[in-house]
Amino acid sequence: MSKRVLLGLLLACGLTAPALAQEPKTGGAINVVIQPEPPGLMMAMVQNGPVQMVAGNIFEGLLRYSPKLEPQPELAESWSVSEDAKTYTFKLRKGVTWHDGKPFTAADVLFSVEMLKQTHARARNNLAQVDKVEAPDDTTVVFTLKQPFGPFLGIFEVGSMPMVPKHLYEGTDWKTNPYNNAPVGTGPFMFKEWQKGSFIRLVKNPNYYEKGKPYLDDIYWQIIPDAAARSVAYETGKVDVLPGGSVENFDVPRLSKLKDTCVTGAGWEFFSPLAWLWLNNRQGPLADKRVRQAIMYAIDREFAKDVIWNGLGKVATGPSASTIKYYTDDVPKYPYDPAKAKALLKEAGYKGEKIRLLPLAYGETWQRWGEAVKQNLQDVGMNIETIATDVAGGNQKIGDWDYDIAFTYLYQYGDPALGVGRNYVSSAIAKGQVFNNVEGYSNPEIDKLFADGAVATPDSKRKEIYEKAQKILVEDVPVAWMLELQFPTIMRCKVKNLITTGIGVNDGFKDAWLDK
Amino acid sequence: MLRSPSGVIGLIILLLAIALAVFGPMLFPNSPWRMVQRPFLPPFTLSTVPLGTDALGRDVFAGMIFGARVSLLVGLVSTLVALVVGLPIGAMAGYFGGKVDDALMRFTEFFQTIPSFALAIVLVAILQPSIYSIVASIALVSWPPVARLVRGEVLSLRTREYVQAAVVTGQSNTWIILREILPNTLSPVIVLASLMVATAILLESSLSFLGLGDPNLISWGYMVGAGRTVIRQAWWITVFPGVAILISVLGLNLIGEGLNDALNPRLSREGR
Repeated sequence: MSKRVLLGLLLACGLTAPALAQEPKTGGAINVVIQPEPPGLMMAMVQNGPVQMVAGNIFEGLLRYSPKLEPQPELAESWSVSEDAKTYTFKLRKGVTWHDGKPFTAADVLFSVEMLKQTHARARNNLAQVDKVEAPDDTTVVFTLKQPFGPFLGIFEVGSMPMVPKHLYEGTDWKTNPYNNAPVGTGPFMFKEWQKGSFIRLVKNPNYYEKGKPYLDDIYWQIIPDAAARSVAYETGKVDVLPGGSVENFDVPRLSKLKDTCVTGAGWEFFSPLAWLWLNNRQGPLADKRVRQAIMYAIDREFAKDVIWNGLGKVATGPSASTIKYYTDDVPKYPYDPAKAKALLKEAGYKGEKIRLLPLAYGETWQRWGEAVKQNLQDVGMNIETIATDVAGGNQKIGDWDYDIAFTYLYQYGDPALGVGRNYVSSAIAKGQVFNNVEGYSNPEIDKLFADGAVATPDSKRKEIYEKAQKILVEDVPVAWMLELQFPTIMRCKVKNLITTGIGVNDGFKDAWLDK
Repeated sequence: MLRSPSGVIGLIILLLAIALAVFGPMLFPNSPWRMVQRPFLPPFTLSTVPLGTDALGRDVFAGMIFGARVSLLVGLVSTLVALVVGLPIGAMAGYFGGKVDDALMRFTEFFQTIPSFALAIVLVAILQPSIYSIVASIALVSWPPVARLVRGEVLSLRTREYVQAAVVTGQSNTWIILREILPNTLSPVIVLASLMVATAILLESSLSFLGLGDPNLISWGYMVGAGRTVIRQAWWITVFPGVAILISVLGLNLIGEGLNDALNPRLSREGR
């Protein structure tokens, strides 16, 4: 059905658009849906998805990342790593100014690092290995690490480490700084106005350091609270772009078939959201590895991909998404095989004990998915009871370890040391959290592999370590990996080069242009 | 009752629905949650899934049958519970009068001042959605009219001579209420109850529609709610269960009307 059309569109737009070396045209305004309305735009302080999406145009990081997650220059034009992999030297771009005209210098970088350590939880973790940061001159910044940290070059993207203007924030109370409401960055677009509940308007930065860019004059972020209304807004032409996740999945095929509409799943490589089922390893039947393996065999993940996610995404093979560094598919495989699942359950001596399933309360798609998984598991003879709950209630149950099976999806941030290991090492077991090692899996060998992998050099050594870890994990099934999710971005075909990096729509629209 | 044509139609509808709920699952043992065919199969294309399939390829007809069980069961049980709560409160308030009446009626009004659907939503949300919490919350929001109706009836009956006679002969209050008064209040209560079943079915459907149904049981309201978002692609997922709700509620209303005609002597004497 619509799958083929979708695939065709993906091929037509996602893949060939960058290849067609068309001359970009300047001018025009673009209307983009933002869902939900961001709580603020000061990216150093709030980092919700919608904040990153809008503020990614205003602020910039030192680096950005290609779809293959190779570092690319942004505010830093070049960088070098010392022999012992402990000193990273960044050369900053010259002639960069803040939106208020003041020059951007190494002092701003130093200030940003200090501020983010206090206001940005993920940045604080990422910077834990940093011993000191220095600025020998105005355009050079040197990070010295306590020990080699493999993923270090992966923490400089705008959402993870946005650059903040020192001259506006130093010595002020950050929380009440008036510039939080009218943020000043170095990005291609400047904040213009925000009509709460209606739209946010950004305008072109005429003094942007890359000559000729950005091409667009205005970006209007339209705030439309209802999913059906967002679909209609696209159909009627009120908006030109529906970023991933802004309409329900089943609307995607219908909207994709509209005239002059392009769909792409690209732009999520850096985040690589991976969906899995937490399996409570601590108690009951799920403490037995064979029962957990049976769950993997019992669930028809191809069906979930084709029907529930409309063919978007990819069946996961293990703890790493295929876009993450050191991913390997040379691991034990779990195809859909109910007979094998039944045999494993029998072997494990499962006798119909009740197993509680906690779906994710993120809307229709997740609810349907919960129903399908429940049916799959019942088909092989498991006694499943669905527990209905809202997001907060579900988080509490997961945090209290009061569940047997629970849906989740988490970002992976490009490197196994940043986004993968945290879900399997025993040091990350702590009550009350909904991320990290919620399943209670504890394996000294895995602990050691992830500890070594983060600091090992060179890359080939890391690769070896992480491939080994993946094999062990997939054999043990601490959690049941479901899908690498793709949130398709739907837009009019006249919008070109909207997504050029692995960070997608969160990376600013400096390359985007309108073919009128 | 059988003399009123609308009542007969209502009764036939109800009996059909009950037959479907009781015997349907024996004839069509397919679980309504099982994915049996390709998704979005239109109705009347395959005889194995006569009403088509939903967004996951589940049999809409099986959903209708199993949904009938839940809808009718919730309707009947919650009405019974509401009667069990409402009858004694209304009877005591009407019979004893005075401070007891005041206290019980203020208590009843407390429930009446809160919009019943909003209260039901809050209760189900707090108690976690399950068939028990749904029955309990529907019962809890629908007993006040019963109490008020019974109180009014009892108030007028307790001054009758035969009740006075019972008091004079020294019978206990409980005995008088149970033997002399309550049997005479039953006809309006039965009419009210039949309408309450209809309201309860609607309430359950609305709760399920909003995603507050029992996640382990299929119901008509759930089907409408789940299909609502794809109504532009697949009308049949919502329309069939929607029609089922409509018809069964209509049937119960017709029965209520028929019962009213049959049990109310003043109306029947006027000869319709």
